[in-house]
Amino acid sequence: MSHHDHHDDERGVSRRKVLECMTWAGTGVLWTITGGVPRSLGLVDAANAAEPAGLSFLQISDSHIGFDKPANPNAAGTLEEAIAKVNAIPKKPSFMIHTGDITHLSKAAEFDNAEKIISQAKLDVHYVPGEHDFLDEEIKFYKDRYGKGTRGAGYYSFDAGGVHFVGLVNVVDLKAGGLGNLGAEQLEWLENDLKGRSKSTPVVVFAHIPLWTVYPEWGWGTEDGARALEYLKGFGSVTVLNGHIHQVMQKVEGNVTFHTARSTAFPQPAPGTAPSPGPMKVEDARLRSLLGIASVNFKQGDQRLAIIDTPLAG
Amino acid sequence: MTFAASRSLGLAVAAAFLLHFGTAPVQAEELKVTIDNFTFSPAELKLKVGDTVTWTNHDDIPHTVVSAGKFRSKTMDTDNTFSFTFTSAGDYKYFCSLHPHMTGMIKVE
Repeated sequence: MSHHDHHDDERGVSRRKVLECMTWAGTGVLWTITGGVPRSLGLVDAANAAEPAGLSFLQISDSHIGFDKPANPNAAGTLEEAIAKVNAIPKKPSFMIHTGDITHLSKAAEFDNAEKIISQAKLDVHYVPGEHDFLDEEIKFYKDRYGKGTRGAGYYSFDAGGVHFVGLVNVVDLKAGGLGNLGAEQLEWLENDLKGRSKSTPVVVFAHIPLWTVYPEWGWGTEDGARALEYLKGFGSVTVLNGHIHQVMQKVEGNVTFHTARSTAFPQPAPGTAPSPGPMKVEDARLRSLLGIASVNFKQGDQRLAIIDTPLAG
Repeated sequence: MTFAASRSLGLAVAAAFLLHFGTAPVQAEELKVTIDNFTFSPAELKLKVGDTVTWTNHDDIPHTVVSAGKFRSKTMDTDNTFSFTFTSAGDYKYFCSLHPHMTGMIKVE
């Protein structure tokens, strides 16, 4: 216990103080997790100053290009701001992942506009689809653009910087009354994909809808997500990155860290705080504090990946 | 025309009148289901064969209306509608294929 107390002293800040700092600095907080307990290390600017030595990549999510309702009449504008944030990061990240809902209504022009803006980051982007990306009649616009080299509705894996990345699709064949869905075929592929890999390989799994059950009343979870996690048991470091709920939420369970990213388009209410999910209208001055990007740093030897959430503005 | 003939014609007209009303279906009804806050309202509707239901999406998020093997709407953006005429009796369970926790029921007699 004294060990923990010592840590608290070392940080020398009360929770209230931390919150105050967040308010005035208006930037993100670096979270690191030791022994399953998330710990705030400091403000994002301080984190950026300490150059990460290992792999770093970015997550953006839910850009909803084409959305023009009161919650944010200019979703393209806020995506541009997010990409400007990306370009301002001192150490260029290795690549970017986009966890879906690139567009709002899967129109060709929406995909084109998204591509125009996101490509300004000049980074490789690994996509997984959201339910808003499969709305065109023939369900081909997403697949034509981002489906090359993927299986099924667009799942795949790749390796980078000693980390194994798995992009999953949990937005197709949804069943009445149910949640997100991976399906038997994808689960079988995942089992084979992970089989035989060294358990010391850090694994990052990313998909649109949270793989863990955040709030089933609003459909925020994945029906067969637990089966996917079953295959990830035994790996020393597993990080699950999702979008869909348009807010930061984190949970640590054993060796698995779950994290959801903000949207670049519009916020959604916290679970149960509104009659339903959906675009949440906030004061204009507050909007950019609820939108943002996430950067993820992985240092060889560290069990946990450090995730920094950065809002577009305070 | 004799009185009797005129009388029988009158009966014939009356019979035809009755016959017409006896076989024609009751005026088909137009019913509405609205979508607000990710909820179908009313969640359950009872109607007769021949009735038409129109769904209207009032949310700022697109929704669909899907009843497996029976009907499937296109994606409905804000204020878009979808109509379906029920031509056979039965229970039609339906849901939004984007937000499957949204479910509804149409019972057709």
